[in-house]
Amino acid sequence: MIKFLLMVNKQGQTRLSKYYEQVELGKRAALEADVVRGCLARRKEECSFVEYKDYKLVYRQYAALFIVVGITENENELSIYELVHNFVEVLDKYFSRVIMFNLDKVHIILDEMILNGHIVETNKNRILAPLLALDKMAES
Amino acid sequence: MSDVVEKTLTALPGLFESQTGAAKITNRLRQLIKSITELTSKHEEENLIKRELSAIKEQVSSPNTTMKQMREIMVRAMYCEMLGYDASFTYIHAIKLAQQGGVLEKRVGYLAVSLFLNEGHELLLLLVNTVLKDLQSTNLIEVCMALTVVAQVFPKDMIPAVLPLVEDKLSHPKEIIRRKAVLALYKFYLIAPNQVQHIHAKFCKALSDKDPGVMASSLHIYLQLIRESPDSYKDLTGSFVTILKQVLGGKLPVDFNYHSVPAPWLQIQLLRILSLLGKEDQSTSELMYEVLDESLRRAEMNHNITYAILYECVKAVYTIHPKAELLEKAARCIGNFVLSPKINLKYLGLKALTYVVQHDAKLALQHQMTIIECLDHSDFTIKRETLELLFRITNAQNVTVIVEKMLDFLRSCNDEHTIIHLIGKVAELAEKFAPDNSWFIQTMNDVFSIGGDLLQQDVPNNFLRLLAEGSESKEEDDQLRLYAVESYLTVLKGHTSHLPQCFLQVMSWVLGEYAHLQESVDRREVIRLLTQLLDQRSVSSETRVWILSALTKIPEGQTDLILDLAESLSSSQDTVLRQQAQELRHLSQDSQLREWVLPRGAPWDGIEVDSSLSFLDGFVSEALAAGAAPYKPPHQRQEELCEDRALNLEPYSFSLPVSLSSCSITDRQSPTLLSVSSGLSGNSAELSQKAGSSTLILEGVKRVWGKDGYLPQKEATAPPVDEPSAAVQPASQQEAAERIEPRPEPSTQNQDKQQLASSLFVGLGVGSSVSLLGKSEAPPPRFRKKPRPHESSSSSGTSKRSSDSSSHSSRNTTDSFLYGSFPEEEPATSISTFDHTPKSTTANGLSQNKDTKEDRHANTSQILGGDMVIVRPSTIQDKHPPSVSSDLTALLPADLKDLPHSDVISLTSDPSLSLSSCRLFRDEALLLVIFISNCTETVIKDVAVQLTCEELKTASLRGNVMDCLEARSTSVCHYALLMDDPHTNVSLTGTVSYQTQPGHTNTLPFSGTLSTADFIRPLVVTTEEYGKLWLSLSHDVKQNLKLLTDAGDPLRTTLNALKDALQLHVVDIIGKTSFSSLTFT
Repeated sequence: MIKFLLMVNKQGQTRLSKYYEQVELGKRAALEADVVRGCLARRKEECSFVEYKDYKLVYRQYAALFIVVGITENENELSIYELVHNFVEVLDKYFSRVIMFNLDKVHIILDEMILNGHIVETNKNRILAPLLALDKMAES
Repeated sequence: MSDVVEKTLTALPGLFESQTGAAKITNRLRQLIKSITELTSKHEEENLIKRELSAIKEQVSSPNTTMKQMREIMVRAMYCEMLGYDASFTYIHAIKLAQQGGVLEKRVGYLAVSLFLNEGHELLLLLVNTVLKDLQSTNLIEVCMALTVVAQVFPKDMIPAVLPLVEDKLSHPKEIIRRKAVLALYKFYLIAPNQVQHIHAKFCKALSDKDPGVMASSLHIYLQLIRESPDSYKDLTGSFVTILKQVLGGKLPVDFNYHSVPAPWLQIQLLRILSLLGKEDQSTSELMYEVLDESLRRAEMNHNITYAILYECVKAVYTIHPKAELLEKAARCIGNFVLSPKINLKYLGLKALTYVVQHDAKLALQHQMTIIECLDHSDFTIKRETLELLFRITNAQNVTVIVEKMLDFLRSCNDEHTIIHLIGKVAELAEKFAPDNSWFIQTMNDVFSIGGDLLQQDVPNNFLRLLAEGSESKEEDDQLRLYAVESYLTVLKGHTSHLPQCFLQVMSWVLGEYAHLQESVDRREVIRLLTQLLDQRSVSSETRVWILSALTKIPEGQTDLILDLAESLSSSQDTVLRQQAQELRHLSQDSQLREWVLPRGAPWDGIEVDSSLSFLDGFVSEALAAGAAPYKPPHQRQEELCEDRALNLEPYSFSLPVSLSSCSITDRQSPTLLSVSSGLSGNSAELSQKAGSSTLILEGVKRVWGKDGYLPQKEATAPPVDEPSAAVQPASQQEAAERIEPRPEPSTQNQDKQQLASSLFVGLGVGSSVSLLGKSEAPPPRFRKKPRPHESSSSSGTSKRSSDSSSHSSRNTTDSFLYGSFPEEEPATSISTFDHTPKSTTANGLSQNKDTKEDRHANTSQILGGDMVIVRPSTIQDKHPPSVSSDLTALLPADLKDLPHSDVISLTSDPSLSLSSCRLFRDEALLLVIFISNCTETVIKDVAVQLTCEELKTASLRGNVMDCLEARSTSVCHYALLMDDPHTNVSLTGTVSYQTQPGHTNTLPFSGTLSTADFIRPLVVTTEEYGKLWLSLSHDVKQNLKLLTDAGDPLRTTLNALKDALQLHVVDIIGKTSFSSLTFT
């Protein structure tokens, strides 16, 4: 099961966080700092999975941006590693023309892909369908 | 793939940090993000966000803010919360936005709600109407977002309100709506399974939906259902296999592909489901061999995602009933993983190997060189995973090497979580496989000094218990203890200030108990070393208590030193220490008293303990007479604490030792034989409790190394002749259940291990033979405990009465379990005795169930039918005239005696045990009291009651596990039952397991029914209060009742009838409408 997904820059600033298990607001910052520290400390040739408390962290770096997913022990790390890439490909597909920051839209995309910690959709067209429909309605 | 990555690489940072671009709405947001990026300190961030939040506050409360602006504000608020700052004042606006905004605003409103509010937040109630409206909207987008939010956060109590609408959507023409409806139902199933029980057929329809997306989302439900009860869904195996085949065969539309692999995450999900279905089930497994084979073959493409599928496939192959050909292929796959130069694959390979070696330890041999390389790998994660793997293949031959590796790793590790986790494993291995005393003590010293105070408390507890209980050979025990004493003296002579408290406690206990074994050491030296510790600042006051109680035990004739010490402590600020110093002084001056209080080398068990503390009766009655509050047992205090709410099912950190709690009920009147750890350790347990923590409560601790006596290696392979005597031990109940009967096969493959060169992989041949037979079998533990005297006597007692039918049958049952068939010489007896018990009891249970059901049926039809006959709610005692003498109620615990209760009825019985029950109506819950009577003349061991009921919350309050039940005596256990969702008729089932004969567990099933009336209490409210509640109770059910017409005031007569039947509280009658109230416990 997926416990949380974070997008963090190299300075350790959170760009997006989504928790699938209740974590108190006050504890999130500390957790995120810990998680980022854990991932930043690792070298390129080391594997993309780290143990963190009861979780396993799966992380992937895109230029200055880290995407980190916290999962339970019984989850398949490699499939999550690829899920992150699928997510990035979806973002890439949607935002390719107008590049701007859209926290809400990234969340909407994520909600289509992961629900309650389960992977519910991976088909790119279907992930984007509701968001594209929204855009269309907003235009008209 | 590479150009995609490149494109993404360039695009992504821009997504988040770009400052250019035509953005009108997000101007403010971009500004915020820009300034956050430029920040250099946490302090600046705090100031910035605070400013931002006050700006937001101003804007949201302004009447001129449009919905469009509100949407932008909401995103900014999300950003602030994301950084950890409280923006709770915007929550209500998020709900408003979802309510009133246009589509895009609505979506952002819902999004904000799902991010801000967690399940159970009271504001969510305000969302219910919006969701209801949107679910009925003609705009698909709105339906979609409503379904999404329902699947994310929705108040559990409000599910009935949306359920019919969501159910409707299952047959919606659009796939996305059907898909989201299925996911919402899955969520309902997770939080309130009872609510969706009736729509299982619809799940099945979703599984066969023509759209692959809908089918895929139904798999989440099935994975969960199958995990809970695999047997109920075996018939679907064929469907899952077919689906997987179609996916593999590329039958899905191309856009389900990910890097040319068809729906990889769907494949993984299906493989997980199949492995659950095929586990320990040969015929089901056979259905899937072909598709698994195909799956292994297909995944040849060199991409991460195919490896992710392969990993899942390998796990499935090793989980289901084995097939040699597949196992071989899977093993080859693992080889590819482990040998891969890609580090992520290597990791996954190790993880797969760790899983697989539990089933086939030999596989580790093939990769021993790789494993050794990984052990010295620079990557922490890889090393850690390798140690996990080694832990699984440890045996008596390689334990020293593996433990050494683990300790090396731990010394260089500074992650607390890893240390706690791994050090526990080291301790476990040391106890299980220690080759000799010196190694064991040395290793445990390392465990204590590395693990320190992070250690789980059961590690030191188990260790001390092991030392104290000893084995069958006193000589060997003393050697072990002696070695411990020597080792600790050496440690204490060194530098001690860095030693963790728990290590100091262990050392002082051992020195106190066993220093006398060491002839050559001067007692004064021991006293000096311990006293020295007392002077250290770093020593905690709890540890001081341990040290002092050790000192109390040591001296003989060293009165001068002790008196000095007592003198110096008598002015201590710590009252506990002062008291101990007093005790110390008294005891050291009065050797007779000392001998009586702390008898040296007293036998472990069989100490007479006055468990009812009757010697204090005088004191208690004096105190009560002086106005003191009567003592309430902890469970009662606990109940009172959570009286308003449902019972807290989580145990609090302090819990009574199991055996003590049960004894306190059965043996309240008389002091009995009771096994308490020992006079001495009992003393230290008590002392440490004084210091405010429950250290070393030896009773009820998880027993890691099993219950068998200390046996040297040669006996480990001996035939299981003497096993039963060891198994008599009143093991903690769980363990007794989990214990696997001793296997008759001696380890024949002992020779194999000699061939293995590497010290790490020594002995895996044996391990593999064991693991192939039974997956979770633990190897014989190194340290075994001796049976306690009174238990062995009782076991011989039972064996004498082997003609007794019950013990006879139990033996045959075990025999048949062991050898797979009944002994052929006496088929008739064994079968009949074997059958006898369950048959009679199930017949009992069934008839009872049926009776009540019929009656209930008749009852309802009478109420709803025309002639309105008043019938009291059918209860169990109506059908079963009290067959058990009602003086059983005299056995009810004092605090429950005053509660209204039903008659005692017999539940079930067999020749050894008879069970009866009685219902007690407490305000907040129904208490079910079960009387367990031993009908035989012998002691019955390990009695455990297990009660299950799907519809009710059950909590065992006490007494459901007993070490022993004396002959002709009755024990009481009771359960609190809570009805969360209304049911008219609830059936309870349960089993009692017990041992009349060592090692042979009998089980006796029982069942009963409860009716709603047992759970209903009148809710006494005034008309005003009722008015206030009127709105909050929204899901009322209307029911038309015919009024009784034969009396003067039909309404009142009917109400009185209902009052009698349902314990209705009539609040008021206004005009022709009556208001009545009821509450569920």
